[in-house]
Amino acid sequence: MGLLTPDRSQYPALRADGSLDIDLSSGKYLKLWQGPQHPGITGNMSLELTVCGDEVVEGKTHVGFLHRGFEKLMERRTFIQCFPIVCRICVPEPDFNEYCYAAAVEELAGIEVPEAAHWIRTLILEMGRINSYLMYLGGQAGALGLGVIGQWTTHARDLMLDRFEELTGARVYHLFILPGGVRDGLPAGFAGRMAETLRELETTLRDVHETLFCNAVFKKRTVGQGVIDPAWLEPYGVTGPNARAAGVPRDVRRDFPYLVYPQLDFAPVTGQDSDIYTRADVRRRDLLLSVDLIRQILARMPRQGPFMAPLPNVLHWRIPPGETYVRGECSRGEYGYYLVTDGSGHPRRVNVRGPSYTHAVALLERMIVHCNIADVAALMVSLHTYPPEIER
Amino acid sequence: MPSNADPMSLAGVHARLQALFPLGDLAPRRAGLAFVDLPATCAPPALSHLRDREGFGHLVLLTAVDWLEEELFQLTYLVCNREARLDLGLRVRIPREPARMESIHDIWPTAATYQRELREMFGIDFPGSPRLDEAFILEDWRDIPPYRRDFDTLRFARENFAERPGRETWDPASHMRQRLYPEANPGMDPSVPGDRS
Repeated sequence: MGLLTPDRSQYPALRADGSLDIDLSSGKYLKLWQGPQHPGITGNMSLELTVCGDEVVEGKTHVGFLHRGFEKLMERRTFIQCFPIVCRICVPEPDFNEYCYAAAVEELAGIEVPEAAHWIRTLILEMGRINSYLMYLGGQAGALGLGVIGQWTTHARDLMLDRFEELTGARVYHLFILPGGVRDGLPAGFAGRMAETLRELETTLRDVHETLFCNAVFKKRTVGQGVIDPAWLEPYGVTGPNARAAGVPRDVRRDFPYLVYPQLDFAPVTGQDSDIYTRADVRRRDLLLSVDLIRQILARMPRQGPFMAPLPNVLHWRIPPGETYVRGECSRGEYGYYLVTDGSGHPRRVNVRGPSYTHAVALLERMIVHCNIADVAALMVSLHTYPPEIER
Repeated sequence: MPSNADPMSLAGVHARLQALFPLGDLAPRRAGLAFVDLPATCAPPALSHLRDREGFGHLVLLTAVDWLEEELFQLTYLVCNREARLDLGLRVRIPREPARMESIHDIWPTAATYQRELREMFGIDFPGSPRLDEAFILEDWRDIPPYRRDFDTLRFARENFAERPGRETWDPASHMRQRLYPEANPGMDPSVPGDRS
């Protein structure tokens, strides 16, 4: 990245329509496929790279390897039957799908959610954010050959999965946030065990900071590399840590407050340099912010009161015609659900707006040009993309 | 006629936009979110105006709703003004055949991705949009676009995939009726999966 050959004569010329004039038969260029089976790829996607020497001159994102037609399937299911589907749209952080879908259904159906459920939902979303960031940190280090970091963060994530299992009965897909509230309250002694997990997590993050963020190799390969120009944020729909690392404090939790975030004390974590290192550091500090938010939630949430509103018979549930959009701030940026109902017992249309949709296609294809082949994986991981939310 | 609406509200934005384009009535959903109908030819200039003059710089999503019974597609352009905390959904209705809409990739480059998906999944054409004919999610698709309402997923699955033997599909309503009121169907044991006797 950034190591451009001064002589550009050997690189492809631009056609009148803006595309590159790449003649593969000339022998100057080579097509490389990075993924879908490749250690330097995130999830089930692939990059079609055209390289000249070791420099990428064109890159195209290919998705669809995990397409299951979720949005279409939901049009043939009752509103409650959609729940086992929505969480599968994002494996590492499934709870945002449950929350956004539930909140959209509640809004169109006119359901008031009890206060305690708002607190538990916020708790779950922050726990999911921690899990997602831990997975990211391991992937970002692994993309540069630092494999041990992933083992530490996987251990820490496993501790948080224990808390998820204790709270929801499941480790990965929780199916805990339903329309009307949540399925249960906190189990006895949960706050104490969570406090212990958070202390362990902070110890792991201190180790990660010393071993990864102070590592000369990591700095050499990430500082000043993969810069997102702040001018690209709006044209390319950049949100979340990718935007905050560019110095723009863009956070749905603060900009469009939802759940109990207005009652919590926090400020969006930002950076300035907008490179791979800064994005990783923003996510590390955002992870520590989530630790702090969980402590605030557990200290202030009501211990009594209902956690589920009364619902109609969900097997015969018809929702009046309408449409809405509900968003939240997931670990990768703005996550949202656009729901259209027509008065029947099924959603007319559900559209999932995942941050990877813009980050992994239009933005990545722009950023990858002039990147060195060896840096492609680090660049892609630094955008923190999950392909299933692109292809739904 | 001058509007009395708060200039920073959706009503104010709607009033200013209505002076330029033949908009429908504002349909508020909640504070900070509303939808409005407008003709297809007005959508790109209205979106440009919203982005450049009203601060709606963020294209949240572009998607389609298939109103098969009305022979129409609804395209929803949801745009956001973060500073004012406003979301406005522009609804454009176009005929299903031929389904065609002007591209907005020159306003938001990322719209090209949405338009590729809409072309593939709904068969809506956006002439001039980059790489529109390249496969986005599907490969070698030969049926009607799969997200259209008249695409039958069950028929497609039966024609293309082998049935797994021994699988039972339970209708949730009748299953729960049987579990809750077993006396109504005494011959069926709800504790035995697949017992339809």
